[in-house]
Amino acid sequence: MRFLIGALVLVAVAAAAPLFVRLEYFYFAGFVVLQFIVLATAWNILGGFAGYVNFGTGAFFAVGAYTAVALYKWVQLPIGLQILAGAATAGLLGFGVGLLTLRLRGIFFSIATIAITIILETVVMNWTYVGGAKGLPILRPTEMPLYFTNYTQWLFLVMTGIAVIAVAIARYIQTGWIGRGLRAIRDNEGAAECSGVPTLKLKLAAATVSGALMGAAGAPFAQYLSFIEPASAFSLNYAINALAMPIIGGTAHWIGPVIGAILLGSVQQIVTVTISSEINVLVVGVMLVVFVVVAPEGILGLWRRHVLKKGGS
Amino acid sequence: MPHVAHPAFLVLGAYATYALVGYGMDPLLAGLLLMPVFFAFGLAVYQFYYLSFERRGTDLGVRGIAFFFGIAFIVQVGLILAFGVDQRMVEASYIGTSIEVFGDVRIPQRMIVAFGVALALTISLSLYLSRTFTGRAIKAVAQDEGALRLMGADPVRIKRWAFGIATSTCALAGALLIIVGPVDPNLDRLYIGRTFCVVVLAGMGSMSGTLVAGLILGVAESLVLSSVGTAWAPAVAFGILLAVLGVRPAGLFGR
Repeated sequence: MRFLIGALVLVAVAAAAPLFVRLEYFYFAGFVVLQFIVLATAWNILGGFAGYVNFGTGAFFAVGAYTAVALYKWVQLPIGLQILAGAATAGLLGFGVGLLTLRLRGIFFSIATIAITIILETVVMNWTYVGGAKGLPILRPTEMPLYFTNYTQWLFLVMTGIAVIAVAIARYIQTGWIGRGLRAIRDNEGAAECSGVPTLKLKLAAATVSGALMGAAGAPFAQYLSFIEPASAFSLNYAINALAMPIIGGTAHWIGPVIGAILLGSVQQIVTVTISSEINVLVVGVMLVVFVVVAPEGILGLWRRHVLKKGGS
Repeated sequence: MPHVAHPAFLVLGAYATYALVGYGMDPLLAGLLLMPVFFAFGLAVYQFYYLSFERRGTDLGVRGIAFFFGIAFIVQVGLILAFGVDQRMVEASYIGTSIEVFGDVRIPQRMIVAFGVALALTISLSLYLSRTFTGRAIKAVAQDEGALRLMGADPVRIKRWAFGIATSTCALAGALLIIVGPVDPNLDRLYIGRTFCVVVLAGMGSMSGTLVAGLILGVAESLVLSSVGTAWAPAVAFGILLAVLGVRPAGLFGR
């Protein structure tokens, strides 16, 4: 209940934001941070809960983005339906990736997801309808929805909605029997199978939901930039960020990826503006390595160890 | 070990060679001289990995992979910062000339050099692993660490040694890479596909298999390159990799 109220308040604030904040950059940067919240949360469903490391976040993201672009170019589909379509195709891809978990574990699964990314990127590069390697400029709809006067502000609200839904799903999975099953798979898949956990079903479900959310995050991408090209849509940055954010925040709890995404996302925005975008990528890599070495449980783990212990348990 | 940073070390080797060639050194000689440096570097990376993960028992799954992924990323971005995203190449007497074999068939000399050195490197590695005591211990540690410990050998030392050797080959292989063609920092993503494609296709632990698998991949890539077009070439290695992983994860020569 508290979660529901919090979520509604958040969406209401995002909806009302145009009344208070006029600064265009706020929405531009906020959109990116929200997008990373969705990606990190989605990654965590398969990576954090079930222990299958997905390096192919870029593939799901781009599949969502390109599905939306193709449909928008074809029939001018409204943004809501674009997101649903993007989530659907990326979810299908997730289902396929889930099938890979049948035979592949650990590093081989991860490498297979990189393979999928590169293959799909090559396919899109040769797909001229959506611009191929050159990319495709997108004309945003000229009519503004509701009371909005600026399309970026509207996309900001849309992304807030997706983020809230993504976190709600992750929270639902974590607290219910699905989460228990996935944790059993992570800790010992063989033992889980023997104790009657429907491992295949759970893995397929986790991979599908995770993929669909990543696709939903990618769907508004082209509208946001007014442009799309394979190199940026399939960028390795999405893979490393979606992996680094949950690990830095803490993978055991749904709030972990949110903390990681807000922290890392904001730091990156600041570094990109003040120093350079290459350094910003370096920051992610260094922080990832530092955290896995020094604080394997992430910020949540540090919090539990230092703050809660003082509380006297 | 989930060592996904290996291709990044390869590209690092290519750039280190490039830097030394800048001082007027022959690229092959530079590669050879870099081998001990990379060996030490490999030892250090493994030691760090061991102290941070294996000894604490937190190696399991996600974090080990994330660690190497992060290292690979740092190397890549470091190279971009140091050398820029442009392609780099080197000059030597055997680069840019070719030998007439028979009739109209000409083979670029740099290809012959690279092929010869690569073959020698693979054969000597293969001999090392099957003939020497340490080599056999490396193979053993991959099969059963516990058993090795019972035999009185230290698996950590063996693994560190193996990691060092693997990293030192990156120096020479990197030199060959930049002899054969221009190099840019983003190459390592492609080479993750190629490296793992060859290893998985060959079957884990099969040295002779890697020669055959490398050959298959090379031919497949050039066939696609010349018949379908250059734009599709990157997908070849990953396509084969995915197919092998899906159909026969043990590879062609795996047990």
